[in-house]
Amino acid sequence: MNEKPDKLIDKKGIRGDGRKADELRPLKLQVGVLSNADGSAYIEHGKNKILAAAFGPREMHPKHLAQPDKMVLRCRYHMAPFSVQERKSPAPSRREVELSKVIKESLEPALFLELYPRTGVDVFVEVLQADGGTRCASITAAALAIADAGVPMKDLVVACAAGKVDDTVVLDLYDAEDKLGSADVPVAYMPNLNAVTLLQMDGILTPDEFEKAVNMAMDGCKKIYAMQKEALKTKYMVVKEVEE
Amino acid sequence: MSSLVTKVRLRQIEALLEKGKRLDDRSLTDYREIKIEQGIIEKAEGSARVFLGKTEVLVGVKVETGEPFPDTPKEGVMTVNAELVPLASPNFEPGPPDENSIELARVVDRGIRESHSIDTEKLCIEEGKKVFVVFVDVYVLNHDGNLIDASAIAAIAALMNTKMPNYEIKDGELKIKQGYTPLPMKSHPITVTMGKINNKLVVDPWLEEESVMDSRISLATNEDGNICAIQKGGSSYFTPQQILEASKIALDKAAELRKKLNW
Repeated sequence: MNEKPDKLIDKKGIRGDGRKADELRPLKLQVGVLSNADGSAYIEHGKNKILAAAFGPREMHPKHLAQPDKMVLRCRYHMAPFSVQERKSPAPSRREVELSKVIKESLEPALFLELYPRTGVDVFVEVLQADGGTRCASITAAALAIADAGVPMKDLVVACAAGKVDDTVVLDLYDAEDKLGSADVPVAYMPNLNAVTLLQMDGILTPDEFEKAVNMAMDGCKKIYAMQKEALKTKYMVVKEVEE
Repeated sequence: MSSLVTKVRLRQIEALLEKGKRLDDRSLTDYREIKIEQGIIEKAEGSARVFLGKTEVLVGVKVETGEPFPDTPKEGVMTVNAELVPLASPNFEPGPPDENSIELARVVDRGIRESHSIDTEKLCIEEGKKVFVVFVDVYVLNHDGNLIDASAIAAIAALMNTKMPNYEIKDGELKIKQGYTPLPMKSHPITVTMGKINNKLVVDPWLEEESVMDSRISLATNEDGNICAIQKGGSSYFTPQQILEASKIALDKAAELRKKLNW
């Protein structure tokens, strides 16, 4: 275990990885990366490397889980054993079960569940490498995978965290800030609908800091949203070039 | 699931909400009656039973010794587990914890942990080797809605009631002595949950409101009026304005409960 550094942010307001307080980590988004899935996406968000795949709408298995009046969305968030410093057991932890649930609930508001009764959509998220903020990066990738599968959506869901490090509210915490910082507020957002679909928090924030963090996270979401749309378009531009 | 009945109920609930009323005559920000009984399980180091209306939650605290986590060698360990006991609701089934009970346990855990409610440094017996481990077991006995708030109150009430065994170290061996001291606590967080029904926020949703609500938000706050944990649940969304409104309501209601409970 490394000793806690005195300061995570230096006198000029520069963070441990060279970013300013309201700066995102570098992002790379790719759509349609898996041939067997109906839709898929890959995200690199800082050092996070995450694959998401969507299957469906398809018949539910087991059948009794099907709902007569709506589609069922299922999500599985899973971390690879080699994705973190100390090997993680591949068996689902309580954290993974909770994250699977909140990720599912962050994506549901984007779907027209009532238009596909008796069917199911499965979303599988595999975290290949984790460096803080995996639930947010997972949501960003999962929304792209669902869109890539051709499932109609009200809006893309995009997620980003803000938090508090050394008394400063900062955007997009990486692993060290997540562990040593004093608060973390992951937010998932549908920018066109101005709807927050995931909101969690741990740590201690004053009401003013909380408001600032939520606004900062939403601004971060809007920036990633543009990249999400670009990534979706890019896939089809590539197809067009091949045809010519 | 009887979806026809809940649709009829939904209309009734929505019509009442428009007038600022609820099925059980509460205002939108009223809690149901809260009753706390402490120390009802003699064999547990701490216990409390909380009634929130008809919702009933029993929390037992067991204290044992164990190893600290490698990254916090000087601190005791606290774990929260929740059981949705099948006798509490026709919808609860026996078996390993499902996502709902895991979420409940983790939300209660986060409220206690992030507010630094337990002074875990005082639970260290021998640095890096031996610490007290506090097991908080949430037992839902009757489900009539808002298990999160009832469980969070019951957990804190049980921790306030917890007695730590006195001990001494003789020749490197831990000896339990006669007598007890109270569990060292630094904060008493209060979690306030609101449901969103038809774009209106209702505090402390009971079972029928839960079955028709779009989503919920729970905020744990501490004595200083700061927010220490949040969880959004359910398959709908909140607008940013609703989130700020919810955080204000949560702080107000927590202050009110704090006065009432003398926490």
